[in-house]
Amino acid sequence: MVNIIWVSLFLIGFVFAAIQGNMDLVNEAIFSGAKEAVAICIGLISVLTFWLGMMRIAEKAGIINGVSKIMSPFVKILFPDIPKGHPALGYIISNMSANLFGLGNAATPMGIKAMKELKVLNGNKEEASRSMITLLAINTASITLIPTTVIALRIEYNSVGPTEIVFTTILATTCSTIGAIIIDRYFHFRRLKKGG
Amino acid sequence: MNWITNFSIWIIPSIILLILLTATWKKVATYEMFVEGAKEGVEMSFGIIPYLVGMLVSIKVFRESGAMDFIIETLSPVLSMFYIPAEILPLALIRPLSGNGALGMTSDLIATYGPDSFIGRLASTMQGSTDTTFYVLTVYFGAVGIKKMGDALKVGLAADVIGIIASIIIVRLVFL
Repeated sequence: MVNIIWVSLFLIGFVFAAIQGNMDLVNEAIFSGAKEAVAICIGLISVLTFWLGMMRIAEKAGIINGVSKIMSPFVKILFPDIPKGHPALGYIISNMSANLFGLGNAATPMGIKAMKELKVLNGNKEEASRSMITLLAINTASITLIPTTVIALRIEYNSVGPTEIVFTTILATTCSTIGAIIIDRYFHFRRLKKGG
Repeated sequence: MNWITNFSIWIIPSIILLILLTATWKKVATYEMFVEGAKEGVEMSFGIIPYLVGMLVSIKVFRESGAMDFIIETLSPVLSMFYIPAEILPLALIRPLSGNGALGMTSDLIATYGPDSFIGRLASTMQGSTDTTFYVLTVYFGAVGIKKMGDALKVGLAADVIGIIASIIIVRLVFL
């Protein structure tokens, strides 16, 4: 899918440039685009380095574990099909708290471990279970407290208030997560009705 | 809504303070741990380079050729009826498909319209408000061999749409 979009952007661009006589601009865009991309990444190093360093401290200080404990009652409500004390719950909670702190690299392995446990719970079928769909919905909506990369990008382009968007982002991500949970529930009950 | 922007500038310092105080209280080797984690940040930044170069070049070609303006001008009348700025549409379309593509699009929008413009703030909020649905779906289900996705894709995409609509409404209320 991404491959098709990527190639299409180039193709449509070249066709348009040919029609509108913008080929010189496109030539420039190829090289300036590459240059800009590298400059952005270099600019990102500062914030990403600082923040991931901070997050490692938070992890070692048990803060992320602490958040997990606060979240556990909510998680039990979200995943009613998982038996009490099942390891899948622990992985799901770690996955969600890592996402909360913007630790995508830590969140993914935890999410995959949770999925493995859920598959076993579902009798190793190749079909997604209710809990799997819920976990996926939460991950695609992903509540984040601090959108690190975006802040870094805004600093890079000399924003007067690079962190101004933190609150709006938290609000928007909360909406999408709550929406995801509600829609997930709706589809679940629709499946139940259809199945008899 | 000035208090929201004021509140935003307090979030990060508060979190840093909380982390450092808790860690010191629990006798964590703070500085050593910081350095260890920070190394990962350096690797991550360099890791993004190939993705961003690929995406940003294609987006720039698309924009400079005049194709982007054509789409914006064509769709503007329809979208403005729903208070959706047409400039944001390419980002909204690529967000669920590719995280790095969206990052490229967001940087392009911030560079073109400025980080503190309405479009710049909206792009920033949208970039942070949802994750890449197709990526999450592929990685999570791929890793454990789930072939029948059920309603997962529909739920994920619906969440993206909600996130985009919520971003537009919230950024409008807060910054306009």
